[in-house]
Amino acid sequence: MNNIKRGGIRTGAGRKVGTGKFGESTTVVRIPESQAPIIKDFLAAYQRKKVKADIDAVTEFEWPTLYATSIKLPLYSSKVSAGFPSPAEDHVEKRLDPSEFLINQKDATFFVTIQGYSMIDVGLLPGDKAVVDRSRQPVIGDIVLAVLDGEFTIKTLSRTDGVVRLLPANSTGAYSPIEITEEMNFEIWGVVTGSFRRFK
Amino acid sequence: MRSIALIDVNNFYVSCERVFNPKLVGRPVVVLSNNDGCAIARSNEAKALGVPMGAPWFKLKDLAKQHGMIGLSSNYALYADMSNRVMSILREYSPDQEVYSIDESFLDLTGFQSRDLIKYGQHMRKRILRWTGLPVCVGIGSTKTLAKLANHCAKKQPVFNSVCNLNNLSSAELDLLFSQIDVSEIWGIGRKLAPKLQALGINSVLDLKRANPEQLRQQFSVVMEKTVRELNGTVCIELEDIAPPKQQIMSSRSFGQPVEDYNSLAESITLYVSTAAVKLRKQQSLAGVVYVYIATSPFKLDEKQYSNGIRIPLPNPTDDTRLLANIALWALKQIYRSNYSYAKAGIVLSELVTRQHLQNDLFARLPSSDALMTVMDGINRKMGKESIKLASEGFIRPWRMKQENKSPSYTTKWGDLPVVYDPKWSLISCISGICIQYFKN
Repeated sequence: MNNIKRGGIRTGAGRKVGTGKFGESTTVVRIPESQAPIIKDFLAAYQRKKVKADIDAVTEFEWPTLYATSIKLPLYSSKVSAGFPSPAEDHVEKRLDPSEFLINQKDATFFVTIQGYSMIDVGLLPGDKAVVDRSRQPVIGDIVLAVLDGEFTIKTLSRTDGVVRLLPANSTGAYSPIEITEEMNFEIWGVVTGSFRRFK
Repeated sequence: MRSIALIDVNNFYVSCERVFNPKLVGRPVVVLSNNDGCAIARSNEAKALGVPMGAPWFKLKDLAKQHGMIGLSSNYALYADMSNRVMSILREYSPDQEVYSIDESFLDLTGFQSRDLIKYGQHMRKRILRWTGLPVCVGIGSTKTLAKLANHCAKKQPVFNSVCNLNNLSSAELDLLFSQIDVSEIWGIGRKLAPKLQALGINSVLDLKRANPEQLRQQFSVVMEKTVRELNGTVCIELEDIAPPKQQIMSSRSFGQPVEDYNSLAESITLYVSTAAVKLRKQQSLAGVVYVYIATSPFKLDEKQYSNGIRIPLPNPTDDTRLLANIALWALKQIYRSNYSYAKAGIVLSELVTRQHLQNDLFARLPSSDALMTVMDGINRKMGKESIKLASEGFIRPWRMKQENKSPSYTTKWGDLPVVYDPKWSLISCISGICIQYFKN
């Protein structure tokens, strides 16, 4: 009976070290009451950063090239005359080129600048550059660059009951579908295959 | 028998403009030379109005007003990009290609004769039209001269549907066809030689084909003999896969407004030297002679006329922009006279030698500028033209050429991309409630 401790630390009890929201052991510190919100904010940010860093750790990163066309990395050409050869040498690969991602047929691909809000629901915002591939055969459902009575427009191509329509993608309803009729001068200039935009 | 094709874009400059400005389709359009001087390309509608090639724009202004004809300044950045696209697409059709001009290319299709070459040509035509928006004609013959002629037939005679293969025709059919075509349409004959041939009773292509080549050689030149032999199917002019380096490089421009002061002339001369020197280095040549010339406008009869040029041989051939510019400016000082209104200036680099074959001077030790020039060209290639230049090329350039109605560089400048607006009539308010959301089904 005398062996039973009363009060004090019970080993193995409580939350395990490192399982809290910060993912590491914590400690108690006295801080001025007035600074508490600031420090709480700081800790919240610290915690977010921590979580993000963990995501980064498991994500494969694809590094885009800085100079899309001008960089030519010498593959397998490094000379190692002495010492331990670089273990990465056999794994050298070309850096990624964004235009390779965006363009299939370079001779048939053109860029246009979007203006207006009629296609915002498919992610085409004013100022975006749309990639237009003329070599693709347009099919129903494609986003197309069409010429209507001499004007360019980007819309989704649709056909229901034999009627061809150009549909906007803007759920506010501010834009109406355009029905293509015989007397219209209508031509599909190319198929929109992608878009890109810069924030800064 | 060989099968050589000539592919060319119909009304190339106008067609390029129409791809990006569909409103120009169906209207008479001309593209003007540098400085908005003369019509250098005409749409079929403009040709139908009787606008001749090279007609000065100021003479066309009445016609333009009357028929809504549009005169565009030339946009070489656009034409060069579209040309590269067409040539690149054509390269897929044969390993043997000669890019003959900005809108023409020869292809050797001899290795493809097991195919139906008409179908092959139609495939090219449709692909180029679909991929670039440019209409082309394809002419096929057993020589380059016949390919050119076939291209003419493809363009002028609707029966061929834009692709004509003379190798498919019987000799009787060929003779009939050739008897209907004027001799001036043959490659290398043109308007100058045609009257001389007509004087000899040679009026049609058939007449020239049947003429005696040796006799014509004595009366004209070996070129004429080659033409006659080529018309009869003997290859005399081979495809040139790689353009030989130029023997001289010229750079000249008319001014947008008359120039009187020496400084403006010096700026323009430096700029032209700089442009030519880039070309010089690109083809790995060095220049042995610099020629500089200036001239007043021969069209302004009421003004004092003066023109002069000077040729400066260099002791050591060079490709250094700075050195060439110094020499050109020294030359300009020799020929410049004040109180004249200059309309044009230019330079010519000649006596070109290839870099590898340079004969070194025993007594001169030239400071090497290769590294500097390489860096300069490199920066300008990467960062855009004129990122780094000689200060004496000028910055404001009030003398620059006039291009009042130039279309944007649709394919080569970010700021000039075609803009897709929402057409006004597609924005219909939905208050009436008849707007149906089609995109939901």
